[in-house]
Amino acid sequence: MNTEQLLSDIGFIKPEIAIAITLVVIVVVDLIMGKNKKALPYISIAGLVITGLLVIQQFGTSVSVFKTSPSTSLLVIDNFGLYFKIIILLASLFIIFFSMASNEIKSTYARHGEYYTLIFGMILGMFLLSSAVDFILIYLSIELLSLSSYVLAGFVKNSLRNSEASLKYVIYGGVSSGVMLFGISLIYGLTGSTNLYEINSLIQLQNFPVVTLLIAGLFVIVGFGFKISAVPFHFWTPDVYEGAPLPITAYLSVASKAAGFAVLIRFIKITFVDSIDEHGFWQLISVVDWRSIIILLSILTMTLGNFSALWQDNLKRMLAYSSIAHAGYMLLGLAVLSNEGITAIMLYFLIYLFMNLGAFFVVMLIANKIGSEDIDDYKGLGRSIPYLGVSLGIFLVSLIGLPPTAGFIAKIYLFIALVDAKMITLAVIALLNTVVSLYYYVRVLRNLYLVQTEEKRPAIKMSLLNSIILFLLVAPLIIFGIYFTPIVNFAKSSLSIFGF
Amino acid sequence: MHSVPYLSLITFLPILGMIIVLALPKSQSKAIKYVTLLVTGIQVVIAALIMANYNYSLGGVFEESSFQFVEKFKWIYIDGFSWLGKIKIDYFVGIDGISAPLLLLTAIVTFIATISSWKIDKQLKGYFALFLLLDTGMMGVFVALDFFLFYIFWELMLLPMYFLIGIWGGPRREYAAIKFFLYTLLGSIFILLVMIGLYFSTQETLADGTRVFTFNMLSMMNVDNSVASGILSPLNPNNLRFIAYIALFAGFAIKIPMFPFHTWLPDAHVEAPTPISVILAGVLLKMGTYGILRISFPIFPEITEQLAWYIALFGMINIIYGALCAMAQRDFKKMIAYSSVSHMGYVLLGMASLNTMGISGAVLQMFNHGTITAMLFLIVGVLYDRTHTRDMDAFGGVAVKMPVYTGVVTVAFFAAIGLPSLSGFISEAFVFLGAFAVDLIRVLTIISTAGILLGAAYMLWALQRVYLGKLNEKWADLKDLDGREYAMFIPLILIIIFIGVYPSPMLNLMNSSVNTMVKFIADAQTIYNSFAGF
Repeated sequence: MNTEQLLSDIGFIKPEIAIAITLVVIVVVDLIMGKNKKALPYISIAGLVITGLLVIQQFGTSVSVFKTSPSTSLLVIDNFGLYFKIIILLASLFIIFFSMASNEIKSTYARHGEYYTLIFGMILGMFLLSSAVDFILIYLSIELLSLSSYVLAGFVKNSLRNSEASLKYVIYGGVSSGVMLFGISLIYGLTGSTNLYEINSLIQLQNFPVVTLLIAGLFVIVGFGFKISAVPFHFWTPDVYEGAPLPITAYLSVASKAAGFAVLIRFIKITFVDSIDEHGFWQLISVVDWRSIIILLSILTMTLGNFSALWQDNLKRMLAYSSIAHAGYMLLGLAVLSNEGITAIMLYFLIYLFMNLGAFFVVMLIANKIGSEDIDDYKGLGRSIPYLGVSLGIFLVSLIGLPPTAGFIAKIYLFIALVDAKMITLAVIALLNTVVSLYYYVRVLRNLYLVQTEEKRPAIKMSLLNSIILFLLVAPLIIFGIYFTPIVNFAKSSLSIFGF
Repeated sequence: MHSVPYLSLITFLPILGMIIVLALPKSQSKAIKYVTLLVTGIQVVIAALIMANYNYSLGGVFEESSFQFVEKFKWIYIDGFSWLGKIKIDYFVGIDGISAPLLLLTAIVTFIATISSWKIDKQLKGYFALFLLLDTGMMGVFVALDFFLFYIFWELMLLPMYFLIGIWGGPRREYAAIKFFLYTLLGSIFILLVMIGLYFSTQETLADGTRVFTFNMLSMMNVDNSVASGILSPLNPNNLRFIAYIALFAGFAIKIPMFPFHTWLPDAHVEAPTPISVILAGVLLKMGTYGILRISFPIFPEITEQLAWYIALFGMINIIYGALCAMAQRDFKKMIAYSSVSHMGYVLLGMASLNTMGISGAVLQMFNHGTITAMLFLIVGVLYDRTHTRDMDAFGGVAVKMPVYTGVVTVAFFAAIGLPSLSGFISEAFVFLGAFAVDLIRVLTIISTAGILLGAAYMLWALQRVYLGKLNEKWADLKDLDGREYAMFIPLILIIIFIGVYPSPMLNLMNSSVNTMVKFIADAQTIYNSFAGF
């Protein structure tokens, strides 16, 4: 690889460079300004906006960069990855605003420099993960993402549950990344390559022992499954989500999951898919039956997520299980192994971004005031917080998937993909899960509105900024619920993965 | 074609009303009520205008050209890729003789429910906002001709209903509300699945000759639009139409509610506030049977014929079982709720006859049951407002203190029993005549007639226990109806007597559509028989 090539390749990672520069600027400003940290969130927002513009500029390109040999490279820039980067950026933008409003984060004012630096560390990790096609880079970016999030999960030092969350996260994360690394080394041992495209062609050409390949593949999936909290790799999720500061919980549930899904889809598609037929169905290389494995994962994930959520009294913990269930629904889209299924996942993520972040935002604003996330403490609160209550209602209804909210569009696209692939049984299971989920989401609404209490509930005053943020989260759910052409077109046009 | 978009107006006017209600300050409780009254009143006027401009000779059912007041716009239009065709969803509304009576019914019942809501004093703003949202959902269901649109309206009703029962209901309201919600959502997921299945089995041809999958209900009724590979296409020898029919039927049956899915109804009714009971019994229950007539029958005509006997069987069970349960109740409202179960059984029985007489009877019975049961629930409400109990044994001799009210009660009870010259008689007679003419379900029809007897028994017994006999001294200072209550009852009584004496206008309204439907189902048998696999 010559210098000229290197320089031209660097042009393709401008967004990542912008993230890295913002990270450095935050560190430097933090050092210069000393005790005054007010500028940091605004620098972060500026950095995210610039990165966003750079990402949008890249739409439509499809190249592989940083070639390690004529046929292999470390990264690819394609619409698929860019779509997930947009989701990650949107989530990050909201999270910066959340952090500005969160009492928990405010209490760590002296360490805000670290906080924003670590967030950008996570973003960089997720960006690289969304476009990596080489196991070494995949592993490194997962570690970058994980290490930053371990610290963030325990960011409020004097909070016992923060520290507990962080420790649990580290332990589970350490084990799963170890397992994943083992899987990667097995694959390398078999094929002699770490590049997904190369591995694909090698699997097609040679007969590798199926069992070893299966085990290696499964081990790799453990790593990704940990990030998207698929059952049975979900054990950390409820504890960490409950314990971590709320903005970080929201962030983990959306952005980190998006990156996990991006790399999981890319891994399955590039490594094990032979070709795509005219109806958009993927033909797998007939070594490992990934479809059955993903179906199993998906059923387990959504069912366990939903049923566990039924018994939760802490809203953060309930939303943690609900986010596990949603990962299960999204895995359904992957199980279809078709372009349509992936479109459905991508659409789902865009909508999930708004509804899940929204739900966490309201929970955070309420917790700021009443100091609790316990569902029973929400009793009779609905009347004293009309706007927050109704917004939370819309987010929860959207999470259930009822029209006319966008959550319905997300669900129906998944079911359309499933029915088109004639996987009716799976669709029925998913729909029954939806009915189960109704119960625990509505329980929150019940406590807000149906339960009458004698005691006077506090009103919550919202700043103008928070009202705007809330509106920006609610409005898309209603608008896209009624008119969803633009987001479907966006998802469809972002489907192309480099090499296919 | 009409230039005034009547149907969109009548459907979305409540949304406008809801926005106004939400914008008004909480203290303006009068204004909030009057806005709602005005909106529902305008709906009645629009419904009347629609009836005035209605063309009685057009059939509808499966032909777009013979639907009336049609509005059709592109709504969702997504260009396809090679691997997935275009997606096209229309905003497509229109009415025929089957939806027109129900549209009228919805307008009237909602208006009367608004009057009945006058006494609501808790969280007025929220109540009327949700009430109006519910109104849009109900209207939308009856006018939608695109399955996707239909489903959105169908689900739109769930949440307002949950809150209306759950916040303004009785002591066990939370339980009743969540039970209603879970049951109906369970029903809708079946409908959703069948909807997606039908979507992949139906393609319509666009102007430029390309074929696209469609949610258009009328296209789904035409075998020419079937895609041979679709799982619900009759052209596909391995199709799942039979299972889909049962799933769809179950989805609608929960709403009717048909035995054994009826258990949510007594709970919901007992806990719901009076106006919401009125809406629930008057309009929401009709959606189940309407869905079967609008969707199940014409889209799956061949299976409808195969299963007609079972539909009649469940109709019979509903009639007898509902009546027996009603007889066993001490709670006045629960008795009326079970009488609804029984009366909806007549609708099922009439539909199962698949002839003009029976289906006309069924549609008319939907209308009549809507008005009569609305009245019955209002009657319970009047008594409950004054005494705060619904235990029938706690009363006695109410007629002494409330003579006018008791007169109203007698009319309503006799209409529910099916006394000639009141509307209930006409529809029940039509149902029985229609069903009796069919050899297949004759035995079931004969057994069902026992329902009339049982109906008379529980109604008269209730009349005796509550209104006749010696006055219970506890209720010595009961007051008779006030002006507002007159306003609720008089229109309903007029309708009940008018249809009882002179049913032709209503029958003419539905006649050509019912004929079209009957002929469509009869013809379909020969068409569907010609496919392999049948």
